[in-house]
Formats: sequence, structure tokens, C-alpha cells
Amino acid sequence: MGIRRILIANRGEIAVRIIRSCERLGIETVLCVSEADRHSLGARMATKAVCIGPASPAKSYLSVETVVQAAMGYGCDAIHPGYGFLSERAELASLCETEGVIFIGPTAAQIEAVGDKLRARSEAIAAEVPVVPGGPVGTPEEARRLAEEIGAPLLIKAVGGGGGRGMKLVEDLADLHATMDMASAEAGAAFGDARVYLERYVREGRHIEVQLLGDGAGRVVHLGERDCSVQRRYQKLVEETPAPRLPPATRDKLLAAAVRFAKRLHYRGAGTVEFLYDVGRDEFYFLEMNARIQVEHPVTEMVSGVDLIAEQIAIAGGEGLRLRQEEITLSGAAIECRINAEDPARDFMPSPGTVTHAEWPKGEGIRVDTHIVDGAMVPPFYDSMIAKIIAHGPDRASALQRLCNSLGMTRIEGIATNLDFQRRILADPDFAEGGIDTGFLARLLEKEPA
Amino acid sequence: MSLSRKDIDEIMHLLEASRFDRLSLEMDGLKLELVREGGARGRGASTSPTRAEAVPAAMPAPTPAPTAPSRREPVEGRAQAEGLVEIKSPLLGVFYRAPKPGEPPFVEVGSRVEADTVIGIIEVMKLMNSARAGVAGEVVQILGENGEMVEHGEALMLVRPD
Repeated sequence: MGIRRILIANRGEIAVRIIRSCERLGIETVLCVSEADRHSLGARMATKAVCIGPASPAKSYLSVETVVQAAMGYGCDAIHPGYGFLSERAELASLCETEGVIFIGPTAAQIEAVGDKLRARSEAIAAEVPVVPGGPVGTPEEARRLAEEIGAPLLIKAVGGGGGRGMKLVEDLADLHATMDMASAEAGAAFGDARVYLERYVREGRHIEVQLLGDGAGRVVHLGERDCSVQRRYQKLVEETPAPRLPPATRDKLLAAAVRFAKRLHYRGAGTVEFLYDVGRDEFYFLEMNARIQVEHPVTEMVSGVDLIAEQIAIAGGEGLRLRQEEITLSGAAIECRINAEDPARDFMPSPGTVTHAEWPKGEGIRVDTHIVDGAMVPPFYDSMIAKIIAHGPDRASALQRLCNSLGMTRIEGIATNLDFQRRILADPDFAEGGIDTGFLARLLEKEPA
Repeated sequence: MSLSRKDIDEIMHLLEASRFDRLSLEMDGLKLELVREGGARGRGASTSPTRAEAVPAAMPAPTPAPTAPSRREPVEGRAQAEGLVEIKSPLLGVFYRAPKPGEPPFVEVGSRVEADTVIGIIEVMKLMNSARAGVAGEVVQILGENGEMVEHGEALMLVRPD
């Protein structure tokens, strides 16, 4: 029995994105909205929109019980969690399993396995996937010994952290204990888990990740890699595929390692394995696995022609993996810019408000994923990303040219955005050359603040 | 003692396979009533072959159509025109008008309510939450259907305030 009605437990552009695939597949959608999103584009597009709570995410989009109650009460076969919010909460997957609602994602056990960084790391080691030298530490004595083995500089990371949160750099081992105490206290306060671990710090690193699909029975395919090294405070801003200037032999090893990792878990659905690529050593290390669809999935869709949301739904609906590795062909290059409602001139402060006028680019190889139309509200309660502009071309230079042109055609009035800042990134000679590392954006801002 | 969804599905299958039209089950303060379509009439339209009507402690009856027309707009019109106040659902969930099936509803049209008067129950995943009037006055219209899904903020009743 296929999936006929999906509850979407998310908002913004990804809700619209999921609805579009469902429309194409003839699947009805019930969109959960908070009071702040009642009049959003997604609410108008969905077969039905239901208000699940007030604007505060904790009382609406993050309420596991309400979301499952809504799915059951409105006769939905399945729940799509999008990204963020409840997408990687094992509790939701598990409640769905108990109540007989299909969770469009991995099993609760798989979410747990990759959600705990230490466990994910030991899974990686078991799958013979290289990891950054380092490990968990308990006592100060243990920390001292391990730190000497790894060498400075090193990172102290929170076990419960992620997305760049809960990390501290130690340049000099003399500062190790003081920094560890602080990191541990912060981790306890922020994540309710004070455990930390140490890791080698890679001076010139690139963030390269692999898109995977698994059938849940041990078969896994990859859809190439994405380079997401343009980051500001660990938040991705520009993503592209393929990763520029990555040695072909390294790429093959990286893709194979990601597949090995997911196969070991019998991973089900769409997922991404993230690696840190050490440019100096031409080595890569496992960072983490994201057990959900990613913000930057469109670049993969542009070069592969695969609708990843449709594949997620097919796998969840019991159709299994419809693609064989040899059937997946990746053509050309694609680059994505995230457009955020934030003001680069005011230290990237969020700028919520009403978009009085929005004009999005059109043209060959251009795709825009957004929920912003004239009069749309950008509420202050949620993430500031309002759109993704993606350009595809036969090669990287033409994709970049198309993306630059389309940013030039874009108009967003009523709120501040990072549109001009994105144009500056794309125009930078280092970026144009390709293969920049994760320190690129910080250096750009140091040279000339936004 | 409580019934899981699986238990109820099993009971429903048993009823479907039997020659009975109606099943009433009472155990430890929990009451489950199942009525086969074409069996006992007058319980409202039913769209599934067997319809479960359960007390709050059991399971909500599935609401089939997601495209039911919204009741909100005309209600807002009436409320505004006549100076009535809406009692809105504090949560998304299943609305029950009575503490248990067979018992009288918390309030009827004509009932007097105070701000803290309980007017119904909203069930979210087997957790029962009281819905209170939030206003003092007289109930003039009941909008929420017993046993049906209501959204957060959906008008359940109209009250003529004092």
C-alpha cells in the first residue's frame, strides 16, 4: 500500500519543497503550521493546513505528541519531518513506530546511532571509515595524555553538540584544562550533557559530504558529494557539487567510505555523511552523519536529476531503493546560495518583517526554493533562511556565471538580506578558482567587513 | 488498564467478522463502543465500515477527510456582529464535550460559564487536557464536534459575555 496522505511537520521553504513533490506524485498533504505561519505560502499550497500551536517552536513544531496526534487525527499515512525541528529526534520516529504511522526517515535506532557523536565515531571505526585522531576523555590525566598524542592545535567538542555548536579550540596545550572545564560546563548547560571529547584540529580543511539513499535492508547508493566549505561560524552559506579540485582517487575513496558507513547501519532513507577533508595531508576524516534531508540537497538533484524527496517517500512507502548505483549519472556542476533574512552590515543580525516585494530569478539551469512571495512574513521565531538559489551548468564556470546573473536579477524588499554579501562571495577570485577551505569566509570578512 | 490502537483494531476486526452490529465493552472505567455502519443508526455519518467511538481514555476516532470546509469564517462573522466571544481550543487534538461517553456534556447551549469553567477535553496522544471558557457569560452556540479533531485556536463555542 502506497502513501496517500503525508503530514508535513515543518515550515518555510522545505515545506513548500515537499508539497511540490507530493503534488507531482498525487499525494495529499496536511501541513502543520504555527499561529505565525497560518498565512504562509505552504499553508496555501497544502491540501490542508492545521494550526498545531502558538508561534514558539517548543509549543508547535517541536511538540512530538501534537504532530503525531495531527497525523493520526487527519488520517495521514506518513510524517515528513523536513530538516531541523523534529527531523532527527528519535522520539518522533519511535512514537510513529508505536502508533503505526510511517516516519519518512530512518528508524529510531538509526537516528540514535548517528545522533550520539561518540557512538557514530565508533561505528565509523568499525566500518573502516577514517576518523580524526582523538577520542573521549574523562579525567584530566586522560585528557593530558591524549592531547599529547594528538598534538596542538586541537578541538574540544561537546558530545551532544552539532552544527558547529559546542566546540573550542586549544592552540597551546598549557590551556587544555581551563578550556576543557569551560567547554564541559557550557555543554552541560546547552545540551544537558557535559561530556566532551578531543580531536585533531585541521588547519586547512574543507567540508565535503556525501548524499546517500539506503533501502533499510543493507543496500545503499551515493549521489555524489557536495562541498560546503563556505561557512560563517559553522553555518553553511554556499554549497556545490562536485567538490572542486578534489583528487579523483580521493573522491572515490570518500564516496566508498560513506557508503560503507551507511551499509553497516542498514540505513533507511536519505542521509548524508559529512567529512573533513585535510587539504595538506590529502586525507579525509568522518565528522558525522545527518539522518535527514539536508538544506543543500538541491545541488545534488540538479546534477543527478533525482528527486530526493520522492525517493524518500518511495523508500518509506515500502518501494525500496528504485535506483542502482550504475543508473545514477551526475552531469555538470551546481552551486547553491542560501539567502538569509539577516543584515551583514549589523553583524548578520536577523531581520524579520514583511517582504513587501520579491522577485526571483528565472532562466536556464536556475532553480529557486523559497516560500517568500509579495507580502510574506518572516517571523522572528525561526531560522532566518528565506530562500535557496541554485544554478546548474555543464561545468563549474558556467554554473557560477548563471548563479551570479541570477543573484543580480533577485529583488527582496522590506527586509535586509545577505544577497549582496553572497554576490561578493561569488565574485571573490579564490572562490571562483574553487577548492577554498572553511576559513575562507572569515578571511574575507577580516579583509573587508560586510 | 488501557487499550492500544492495535487492540482496538483487533476488536474492530472481530466485530466486522461477526454478525453483530454493535459492541459495548466496559472495563476498569474504560468504555469502548463500536457500531457497524448500517447497524444502530442516529450516531452520525460514518465513513469507515466500522466506527469506533471511544471514551477519552481510549483512542480518537479517525477523522477521514482532511479537506473539510473551514467553519471559521462564518463563525468569526457572527461573533463580531453580535458581540459574542469565541472560546478557542488551547491545543490541537480531539475534542470531547463530556467527561465520559454517556455522561452529560460539560456545558450545553444556554449554560452559564465562568472564566475557569471546564467546557470540554482536548486529547493529545492519550493525554487529556481541560479546555476552559476563559470568559464569563452564556453559551449561545457549540461549534466543536464531539470526538472530532480541532486545531489550535479553533473556535469551540460562542459565548455572550456578561
